[in-house]
Amino acid sequence: MEYYLSLFIRSIFIDNMALAFFLGMCTFLAISKKIQAALGLGIAVIVVLTITVPVNNLIYNYLLADGALAWAGYPDIDLSFLGLLSYIGVIAAIVQIMEMFLDKFVPALYNALGVFLPLITVNCAILGASLFMVERDYGFAESVVFGAGSGVGWALAIVALAGIREKLKYSDVPEGLRGLGITFITVGLMSLGFMSFGGIDL
Amino acid sequence: MSLRSFLDSIEPNFKEGGKYQNWYALYEAVDTIFYSPNHVTKSTAHVRDGVDLKRIMITVWFAVFPAMFYGMYNLGVNANEVIAAGQGAALEGWRGAILYAVAGSDASSIWDCFVYGAVHFLPIYFVTFCVGGFWEVLFAMKRGHEVNEGFFVTSILFALICPPDLPLWQAALGISFGVVIGKEVFGGTGKNFLNPALTGRAFLYFAYPAQLSGDAVWVAVDGYTSATPLALNAVGGVDAITQQWTWMDAFMGAIPGSIGETSTLMVLIGGAVLLITRIAAWRVVAGVFLGMFLLSGLFNMIGSDTNPAFATPWYWHLVMGGFAFGMMFMATDPVSSAMTNGGKWAFGILVGVMTVLIRVVNPAFPEGIMLAILFANLFAPLMDHFVVQANIKRRLARV
Repeated sequence: MEYYLSLFIRSIFIDNMALAFFLGMCTFLAISKKIQAALGLGIAVIVVLTITVPVNNLIYNYLLADGALAWAGYPDIDLSFLGLLSYIGVIAAIVQIMEMFLDKFVPALYNALGVFLPLITVNCAILGASLFMVERDYGFAESVVFGAGSGVGWALAIVALAGIREKLKYSDVPEGLRGLGITFITVGLMSLGFMSFGGIDL
Repeated sequence: MSLRSFLDSIEPNFKEGGKYQNWYALYEAVDTIFYSPNHVTKSTAHVRDGVDLKRIMITVWFAVFPAMFYGMYNLGVNANEVIAAGQGAALEGWRGAILYAVAGSDASSIWDCFVYGAVHFLPIYFVTFCVGGFWEVLFAMKRGHEVNEGFFVTSILFALICPPDLPLWQAALGISFGVVIGKEVFGGTGKNFLNPALTGRAFLYFAYPAQLSGDAVWVAVDGYTSATPLALNAVGGVDAITQQWTWMDAFMGAIPGSIGETSTLMVLIGGAVLLITRIAAWRVVAGVFLGMFLLSGLFNMIGSDTNPAFATPWYWHLVMGGFAFGMMFMATDPVSSAMTNGGKWAFGILVGVMTVLIRVVNPAFPEGIMLAILFANLFAPLMDHFVVQANIKRRLARV
């Protein structure tokens, strides 16, 4: 239990997807103007990550990995070169289902997220989590915890960024840096703050 | 000719259309150091008070003086004792020339120790002030805002949290990063979201760890190394510290460390001034203390077989390293901390908790208050947002 707890904490703070690995930057920068929208997107990413990482874990372990098809009688087949393709497929399908769900039940959030909801499909944080999962040889339970943790970490980062950007509305940024320029600087400074976790070994 | 009439007589040169109109910011800065500005807010509601931003900042500046003077003296005592014991070389170069021109190196002489500290601290402060001031004035001139006394505070705080042996070019680099990236790109005082002094310090810390951490930098004697209580604490817990220093030593400040942070007593005196004049928010200070108290208590109860720092009690956390200094002068920065009352509590507690967490759990950094404050700065706007939302919700329910 303690192991899973430390994995969870680790994936939220120490290996923060946005501020330690700089993954998922496009949506991170684009949907962080308002706290409400950022919160919605953050929750969407948590949900997508918590589903896709374990699903991809099953697909990898029972279909793609070297010798994974032994249960079907083909112990010599190694399909891991199909990994990238399969993970993206799974992510796209799950995002599509979630989009339909939000459209039906939470239309306000659906409108706020707009085009960025389908774009979660190509959010590098989500594919990145699946690839990290394969690289680090996580088991099924680990992948659930890791997926949820990465999602929470990413959501935390984007909500904090949205808070800062709402505050920065009152600031007087030089002409040439307005918009994305100052946001990049802000994100850089944020990751300086997140360095406080660098080096913790749980 | 009085100063006022002199300033008035040269004023037209700096006005729109005058010879030196680009330098107006500089004129305005000098003028308002000596005289309070005579223009008042023109629009919307405002509070009329003799204490404006300039007076607030100057008060903070004076409030760090006890810690600063004691820090210089303490730096000299530490160094002179080492030299007297024959463990390090006497001061050489231009610092040595100045020192031996006006004082000696006797550890029992207050004057000698004070000068020893002064020849280390004053150059750092001078460089910090000039380089940082250069950026401040440059931005003020180009962007048309005023040179703000906030910079007095930023520069002195930055200089005080540096190790005494810091190379001067690094001080220049650090304050440049702090002032330009930490503050001026957002539009100057009041518009940034991180504490500029800490931003510069953190930048240096990650860029040049050899000069800003480790055992060799805390006593300003070449070739002599001494671990700070914090470093000992990370390795051996309180037992390792008490072999060298008592709690009273750490409280009074007779320990190595950054220049301004060593004496908890002096920091608390300065902090008391800020709290009594209500310049520092007591909720933040109380929150930081509470967070530190609770988490260190929790760690004491959990205990650990492998990490002796778990057992470090709260009163040691209070006197080690920069905790008191950060709590009083850094966390209470009115710009980068939370603004609402509830937010201030949350902000303070987060700082306290993160400090102890980094000190105890993170083996990479012995000290945590700097990164803890920067980390909490990131979440301060969010805390305010939720407090305001809760207020709105509560009041809507009454409608």
